[in-house]
Amino acid sequence: MIQDLLAPAVLIGIASSGIRLATPYLYATIGETFGQLSGVLNLGVEGIMLMGAYSGFYVTFKTGNPVLGLLAAIVVGGLMGLGMAIISVTFQAEQGISGIGVYLFGLGMSDLLFQKSLGTVETVSGFQPVEIPFLSQIPVLGQIFFRHNLLVYAAFLLVPVAWFVINKTTWGLKIQAVGQNPAAADALGVSVSAVRYATVTLGGVLSGIAGASLSIGLLNVFQQNLTSGMGFIAVALVYFGGWSPVGVLLGSLLFSLVNALQNWVQVLGIPIPSDFAVMMPYVLTILALVFAVRKVTQPAALTKPFERGEG
Amino acid sequence: MLTSAPHRIQRVELRDIVKRFPGVLANDHVNFEVQAGEVHALLGENGAGKTTLMRILYGLYQPDEGQILIDSRPVTIESPADSIRHGIGMIHQHFMLVPSLSVAANVALGLRSTREPLLDLEVVKERVRQLAEAYSMLVDPDAMLWQLAVGEQQRVEILKSLYRGAALLILDEPTAVLTPQEVEEFFVTLRRMADEGHALIFISHKLHEVLSISDRVTVLRNGQVVKTLKTADTNRQELARLMVGREVLLRVKRKPVQLGPPRLVIQDLWALGDKGLPAVRGVSLEVRAGEILGIAGVSGNGQRELAQTLAGLRKATQGRVLIDGDDVTGWAPDRLIAQGLSYIPEERMEDGVIRDMTVEENMMLEDHGRPPFARGIFLNFSAIAEHCDRLIGDFEIKTPSRRTPLGNLSGGNIQKLILARSLSRTPSVLIASQPTRGVDIGSTEYIHQRLIAQREQGTATVLISEDLDEVRNLSDRIAVMYEGRIMGIVERDEATVEQLGLMMAGVPMEEAAGQTG
Ligand SMILES: Nc1ncnc2c1ncn2[C@@H]1O[C@H](COP(=O)(O)OP(=O)(O)O)[C@@H](O)[C@H]1O
Ligand SMILES: [Mg+2]
Repeated sequence: MIQDLLAPAVLIGIASSGIRLATPYLYATIGETFGQLSGVLNLGVEGIMLMGAYSGFYVTFKTGNPVLGLLAAIVVGGLMGLGMAIISVTFQAEQGISGIGVYLFGLGMSDLLFQKSLGTVETVSGFQPVEIPFLSQIPVLGQIFFRHNLLVYAAFLLVPVAWFVINKTTWGLKIQAVGQNPAAADALGVSVSAVRYATVTLGGVLSGIAGASLSIGLLNVFQQNLTSGMGFIAVALVYFGGWSPVGVLLGSLLFSLVNALQNWVQVLGIPIPSDFAVMMPYVLTILALVFAVRKVTQPAALTKPFERGEG
Repeated sequence: MLTSAPHRIQRVELRDIVKRFPGVLANDHVNFEVQAGEVHALLGENGAGKTTLMRILYGLYQPDEGQILIDSRPVTIESPADSIRHGIGMIHQHFMLVPSLSVAANVALGLRSTREPLLDLEVVKERVRQLAEAYSMLVDPDAMLWQLAVGEQQRVEILKSLYRGAALLILDEPTAVLTPQEVEEFFVTLRRMADEGHALIFISHKLHEVLSISDRVTVLRNGQVVKTLKTADTNRQELARLMVGREVLLRVKRKPVQLGPPRLVIQDLWALGDKGLPAVRGVSLEVRAGEILGIAGVSGNGQRELAQTLAGLRKATQGRVLIDGDDVTGWAPDRLIAQGLSYIPEERMEDGVIRDMTVEENMMLEDHGRPPFARGIFLNFSAIAEHCDRLIGDFEIKTPSRRTPLGNLSGGNIQKLILARSLSRTPSVLIASQPTRGVDIGSTEYIHQRLIAQREQGTATVLISEDLDEVRNLSDRIAVMYEGRIMGIVERDEATVEQLGLMMAGVPMEEAAGQTG
């Protein structure tokens, strides 16, 4: 039984679905990385993902066009991110608590809208796999990497793009400075609020896309609590990944591979109680956080609102 | 020269500036003026309102009343961005740097890049190198900021302002973090900038520095300008009087005391710093009854960690500590207190007192569990009240009552409370960490007298201070700490500023003695 897992076809299957499952984590973690680097912890990622997933699904369901669905998820995610920015930057609310508020709002609202507008679980035809000519024909690698939908490719492209923005642009420098020492940035004429508004809103947009990548990319359904904790895992992965795009890429892959493995364990009927299999990613989250050391890269001002003249 | 900036400002004037904070009039109709080519010192005790005034000029605070004029034109400065545009730069008391970034990135922060939106760090590095050379301030633009010593960080701060073409530079207590030799070098740089046409405002509460670098002095007291005078026409005694408002003793008198046996013995002590690297690296010291051993050094060389380890707040990774012959290594603070140890912590608001509790409660933090203040599990309020009232009187603590919330007291009075608490049980060993930092001259004078007097009670005192004058005035022997090690111990009468300064920069004692003859 266990050895079934080692059959080449199964291994390729696990790797390929691992890549696909990494997609929502990648969008969510990279978005959250921007926010946290600038000093704002948004615990509401899960809620924004749910709203993104719902709105992306609903618009696709009504129009038949997943691109419009994606746009809807972007707009809704962006608005929720903006809301979190208003709460945490302008009103300086305790970030941990307001993030939970955003989560509960997203959880309840997406379910309410779902019940009112759809009522039952429907399916849509979302983003379809695009085989990349040539590359997808390479044995093994082609199957693993180059037969996914556009949202998957874009998620992986986002990693180097995010790295570049953070490390090579003036905006990235401002983000890092605002998260490490907002008073210093302020004293040099950088608007701490403007930077944080931008990063948290961007985080919302990416979380919205993360949700949509589930509902109109991977699963093509929407149901209550579709994300089942992925948003929270994403927040943890940002710590685990040490606030770097490459770090969160590794974290996302680790989790998605465990997830994929868990799915296959169930599919193959390997006699591990399914509860244990389902628990794996969550146990792994806790272990990862326990063993991820506090790094110098941790934004020193994370969760601290900034007000001029305190220092 | 490198920039035409120095000629952008001829004269900056602050007129009738008023700034109120809740319950405090920080600036009370202050008039102040600085011109290109001069170093104008702003002298005043802690809390006099110096930083507030300069933060107004830099756009970090808005004045409640008053005007700012640059070259006779009124200007409004609503944010640091505005003041930078006007050619004003400020080096803050607490550096405004981002430790996780490189020197060049710190300089480039907030500036328009030549390749917007991309960074142009190569261009920045080149300019930083030129500027650093022009003002002989050695800095590697590629270094990460957290790797730099404080003195270097300060140079980065100055370069940041020069890079932005600052014509007026505000320096808020810039020498607090430097060794005496570094201060000299720093003054050379300041002079050069002034000669080139920069206007410089030098904030300090150290009289000899003001006398040696400034052209004019404005003395601030309780938010008001006491006087502006030419430095050449004044002296130490007059400045001290203007600053404090009465005659002050600039040096305390010390009676000779017969030294007893060693009370505190430290053997090869090691401890880790907050980042997990060794911060105390093999310190061995002996302090005898009736002796004050001073520990001098630039901040961040392990003094804080040493004090915390001795006080039981940090784990020793190696070595032993003995008090009166008992091995107390690794003891928790309450046992150490029972053994006769007292500790005056460096961060008094964080480690020494609880702001929201009353004077009385703070006074009893250490002793409330012991008779006569406790009877079983109950507090003996009458004994506590009597004890507190006596200490408030004895130590001249200015407070409306013992029931006043501690947060309402001034820094000097809070420090006196901690001192009273520490000394009231006649400690066998006293660890005094920065006992007068941020404390007004009056209270400083008083605290010094108390520490001296404590020698006669047979207390062995370790005095850790970054203020070299304080260490030299009070100590019987002076140990210099550098990178977690003791560079040597000098007898009181043999210690020269030059030798101590070299040792503070890491030169071993014999060599330092040789170099200074
Ligand atoms: N942000 C602030 N809020 C409230 N009070 C302040 C603030 N900044 C300074 N003060 C008060 O204003 C007075 C002057 O402080 P400051 O300008 O820092 O003095 P100095 O720099 O001369 O030591 C002090 O009593 C201080 O407690
Ligand atoms: Mg000050």
